Amino acid sequence: MKKISLRQMKEKQKGVICDISAGMRLQNKFMSMGIYHGREITKISSIGLRGPVAIKVGRSVLVLGHGVANKVMVEIQ
Amino acid sequence: MIKKIFLIGNPNVGKSVVFSRLTGVRVISSNYAGTTVEIMRGFLKLGDREIEVVDLPGTYSLEPASKSEEVAVSLLNEYPKDEIVVINIVDSTNLERNLYLTLQLLEAGLPLVVSLNMCDEAKHHGVSLEVDKLEKILGVPVISTCAITGSGIKLLLERIHEAKPVLRDKFSHRQRWQDIGAIIEQVQSLTHRHHTLREILEDASVRPFSGALIAIGVLFVSFQVVRFIGENLISRIADPVFLNFYQPLLAKFSSFLGNESFMHHLLIGDLINGRIDFKQSLGLLTTAPYIEFAMVLPYIISFYFVLGLLEDIGFLPRLAMLMDNLLHHLGLHGFAIIPVLLGFGCNVPGILATRNLESRRERFIAATLISIGVPCVALQAMIFGLLGRFSGFYVFGVYLVLLVVWLVLGIILNHTAKGYSPEFLVEIPPYRLPSLAPLWHKLFLRIKGFLIEAAPLVLLGVLLVNVLLYFKLFDFFTGIFAPVVKGLFGLPKEAIVSLVMGLFRKDVAVGMLMPLALTVKQLFITSVLLAISFPCLATFFVFFKELGLKDLIKASLIMLAVGLVTGSLLNFAMR
Repeated sequence: MKKISLRQMKEKQKGVICDISAGMRLQNKFMSMGIYHGREITKISSIGLRGPVAIKVGRSVLVLGHGVANKVMVEIQ
Repeated sequence: MIKKIFLIGNPNVGKSVVFSRLTGVRVISSNYAGTTVEIMRGFLKLGDREIEVVDLPGTYSLEPASKSEEVAVSLLNEYPKDEIVVINIVDSTNLERNLYLTLQLLEAGLPLVVSLNMCDEAKHHGVSLEVDKLEKILGVPVISTCAITGSGIKLLLERIHEAKPVLRDKFSHRQRWQDIGAIIEQVQSLTHRHHTLREILEDASVRPFSGALIAIGVLFVSFQVVRFIGENLISRIADPVFLNFYQPLLAKFSSFLGNESFMHHLLIGDLINGRIDFKQSLGLLTTAPYIEFAMVLPYIISFYFVLGLLEDIGFLPRLAMLMDNLLHHLGLHGFAIIPVLLGFGCNVPGILATRNLESRRERFIAATLISIGVPCVALQAMIFGLLGRFSGFYVFGVYLVLLVVWLVLGIILNHTAKGYSPEFLVEIPPYRLPSLAPLWHKLFLRIKGFLIEAAPLVLLGVLLVNVLLYFKLFDFFTGIFAPVVKGLFGLPKEAIVSLVMGLFRKDVAVGMLMPLALTVKQLFITSVLLAISFPCLATFFVFFKELGLKDLIKASLIMLAVGLVTGSLLNFAMR
């Protein structure tokens, strides 16, 4: 088990969200979009070194800005 | 007694389409989150009573994160719960995520009906849902609908009366998701399908290299198609109608009025070489309708047709992701590209669409950049007409100058504007094949909006200018401003009339330049200045309404500074 951020994940890699370091407002938004502790996600892609990250959560594709993507940690096998 | 019906749901689940079906009111719908930023209202006949239906902007939860979400939630709390029914529109292809809001609505004790929308698409995606079971679990009516074709809407109407609040404990966020997991287990079954071409394209357009290639290709083709349709509408329809049918009529009218009369000056304008010239006569019946219907309207049609296609396919959010990096330097995030693109049609909807941006700082930056650096399609059409005669190089030059202005100004604003810019967090919809009927409705609505808004202002503007010119009242103005305009921008004092006209309508303002014998350089500089100097009255008004007087004054001062600097630099550089 290794903990890395969404940014550090590779394309097509799966991981389970284990930590989200964000304020209440952002936590709530994450939560309502289905990004929460224990959720399995798949990384689709990221744009450039400081660009956004696309992930697949359930049946939705979500895009997170660089800064937010750094706040979400996942455990990978 | 039901007094109001609210439509609520996640972004991009087709609320507006359901709304149109229920009320017959046509509204604009697209394939991206946040098409509706205004509250739409309409009426629905239920039995023998008319009930108001309110279409709320999309929201993921009852704990709002943006201005338009806030509006949605606060409206819900305004009315007593026994007087309203809430129709929760749910995307059948993505039940899991949508149920989060549904559970919150139930917990809030609102009388609910659930509409499982896009049921045809769910079938396509290999998702099947057991509607009866879901109804039993939730305890409220659940109806499977497909708003685009209209199936299920009748049943939805019949069951509105059954809406009732359900007793449900308030859950923590985590519990809610656990609950949803359990519900999905019971009601949803997926058929595994192989990757389709659509999915391959979806993936390719959010990857760095292939995504950029696709984006450049799509934008290039879009631009070409807009020009192709616009040019052909002009040369094959608009011009022949004006020259072959309208002109002979006007010629008779002109000789009836007599060349020297005041009315002739007002209605027909000046005769050029003894004939009416639609581009130069500047009369209420000649140049005014010609500009609107033969020069601008064709491009309005072609632009909104192509924009509508891009919107409905679902390309824009992907473009937003690719642009995120660049826009960060301007204090915005990727999603701001959507208001900007809308601004290329008309600045007004562009500024309205900034409501989807979370912070006030972002809204200010985006609205200022749109009003200064983004020329509306009416202005672009006129620039095509005016500078295109010389060479495409000049047309391209205008865009290039505006792009530079836009980037430089954005970077400066990012470093000076107070407040914070939140980050990008947005859902990307699947690619969809656009349906023709909604696409057509949207185009029709936008063209109608243009005609209603533009026609009176164009007539008023031309009338005003003609009266002022006739009584030589402009001489006072031009006397004051001539040194600035001549010294800094190298423009003759007659161009001032056009710049003033820019306050009414940009297209007519460019039209006023046509009779003046300006050099290419002067036309180029005036075009750029007209693009930068924002608001035509409508933009001015909407900026004030959306961001308040203080920001409007700030933006106006910025605009003045940018105009002065850009105009003088161009004049100096092009010597």
